[in-house]
Amino acid sequence: MTTHAMHRSNLLLAGILLLALVWLAFPPATSATTTRHIHLDMTQFEFTPSRIQVNQGDHVIITLTSSDVVHGFYLDGYEIQQRVEPGIPQQIEFVADRSGKFRFRCSVSCGSLHPFMIGELVVASNTSYYGAIGLVSVALAGLLIYLWQFKAEPHEQMPA
Amino acid sequence: MFNLNRPIELTERLPILKPILKSRLFQPALMMITLAGFTLAILTGLLGTPAGNRNFGIVFVWIVWWGLLILVLIPFTGRAWCAACPIPAPGEWLQRRGIINRTRGRLSSMRWRWPRRFRNMWLQNFGFLSMAIFSTIILTRPAVTAWVLLGFILIGIVLSILYENRVFCRYVCPVGGFIGLYSMVSPMALRVRDPQVCVDHKTKDCVTGNANGYGCPWMLYPGKLERNAYCGMCMECIKTCPHDNIVINLSAPGGDLLVAKERKLDEAYKAFIMLACALMYSAVLLGPWGWLKGWANMNTLPHWLLYAAGFLLVNLVGLPGLFYLTTAVARRLAGQQAPTKRLFIDYAYTLIPLGLAAWVAFSFGFVLINGSYALATASDPFGWGWNLFGTADAPWTPLGSGWVPFLQTGVLTIGLLFSTNIGYKIARQHSQTHQQAMRALLPLAGFMLLIVLIFLRLYLG
Ligand code: SF4
Ligand code: SF4
Ligand SMILES: [Cu+2]
Repeated sequence: MTTHAMHRSNLLLAGILLLALVWLAFPPATSATTTRHIHLDMTQFEFTPSRIQVNQGDHVIITLTSSDVVHGFYLDGYEIQQRVEPGIPQQIEFVADRSGKFRFRCSVSCGSLHPFMIGELVVASNTSYYGAIGLVSVALAGLLIYLWQFKAEPHEQMPA
Repeated sequence: MFNLNRPIELTERLPILKPILKSRLFQPALMMITLAGFTLAILTGLLGTPAGNRNFGIVFVWIVWWGLLILVLIPFTGRAWCAACPIPAPGEWLQRRGIINRTRGRLSSMRWRWPRRFRNMWLQNFGFLSMAIFSTIILTRPAVTAWVLLGFILIGIVLSILYENRVFCRYVCPVGGFIGLYSMVSPMALRVRDPQVCVDHKTKDCVTGNANGYGCPWMLYPGKLERNAYCGMCMECIKTCPHDNIVINLSAPGGDLLVAKERKLDEAYKAFIMLACALMYSAVLLGPWGWLKGWANMNTLPHWLLYAAGFLLVNLVGLPGLFYLTTAVARRLAGQQAPTKRLFIDYAYTLIPLGLAAWVAFSFGFVLINGSYALATASDPFGWGWNLFGTADAPWTPLGSGWVPFLQTGVLTIGLLFSTNIGYKIARQHSQTHQQAMRALLPLAGFMLLIVLIFLRLYLG
């Protein structure tokens, strides 16, 4: 392989790594933590609101209500569970100490689509999301560079 | 270290394998077990509780069987499920007029000829799509699942009365279509040890059958097998071959995708459809949009029609169209000679490992979370209050809710790299030089990165 081609792909590598770093650094700085009061209503087969955003470290208080049948609330990752009967609001409280996206889902069988009754809690800054984007991008770039450099047949002349 | 270019002969490394696979009891035994489960699934579906997660049929078909198939069987053993599948069993046993022993004479059927224009995957493509637009209903209603399974068995029986061999499996079964497609990624494969032995072998017992076994029920000539796609791993040929030339290999995954002469538009479309469906399901079933679930659930007919039309559009036009454009760009960039349509078909095979990874990621999203339903439904399959194994009251215990997104990220990353590597090799087949192949690869890799980013947005963003 000519030094020229080497130089070019090194440049490419550097560029892509830089991009990935920018991406990783991209998530906005977490603002000061506060207490968040949220009202979450459940009906067959959805949560309203279906997406909740808080910041890492926030103290989260969710009032759960059901407008039709008995539902349940289960928060992935935090493993909080609460049964909710119609007309009887329930409150759960936790500190959003893990960042990322966590699904909450109905935990009491409530009808046909029960297993897919799902909502989302996003705890910013969602580092695992940006980390995942960084990971796939860097991995793909790495493979492309590998292919570019090492799959060339020895007799092949790189473009000058 | 072993040489990745030379397959490991599993049947030689594990000498006990051959006698098991040669036994005429082996396949029927597997089929009897799955047939028992299948029958129970149909009975519970029709007679049991309509609450899906309390019903054996729903839980064991769509969580246990599905999870096993997508997470384990297809990635590691390819089509091995098809050797155990109960769906073609009654039809096959009828044709053979026997279950275990090799019965004499020809198969009994009307011996119609399967039409030429259906000797491909198109029926499987459209069969899968027409189930897919109803999937939210099928997946959540035990009775609907039962009718679908029953329908499969009945079609299987009818086809085996009309046509010889496994016409249903090979050309009709919507499940068989994608198992075949993704089996090309699996390292396990049935092949011949030495193709020359087959060339020199005049009577070709694996095709005609002999006293030890039937001719290939999947209508293949094992001597020429280069891909896993249509071999149902029934092990008849291992029994009939007088030269002991049939072996089970472990080889570098994905080699099947490089067999250029077998690439066809029907299989390419299977690759698009499967990838698009994984994307749609991830949004509809695992997403937070209640209205979308309502549409898919046929809450109102007009909304469902809109949903179905959108679904089909994405599958048949949207994703393939975007990929066609990508192919055209790749062709221009690399200055490749082959017509765009040829490249469109060939490059579509690049999407196969990524598609399988997408299905694995999607399945991780509900199999682990809901797997615990299996305990309760095993004890109380109908939801009638039985307690066969004392686990009827096992509570719903979601597994891995904290780390599923990381698992999904890992699987998608592996799929993307695998696909990109295959993409390079396919591009190389159409290029004079390495640079040309690399230039063709860039748009393809970009397309696949885009797909992965959409998945990440759905799962983690
Ligand atoms: S093709 Fe379908 S019916 Fe046939 S063995 Fe495979 S999964 Fe079963
Ligand atoms: S090639 Fe052999 S194992 Fe495969 S389907 Fe045909 S007979 Fe069965
Ligand atoms: Cu509910």
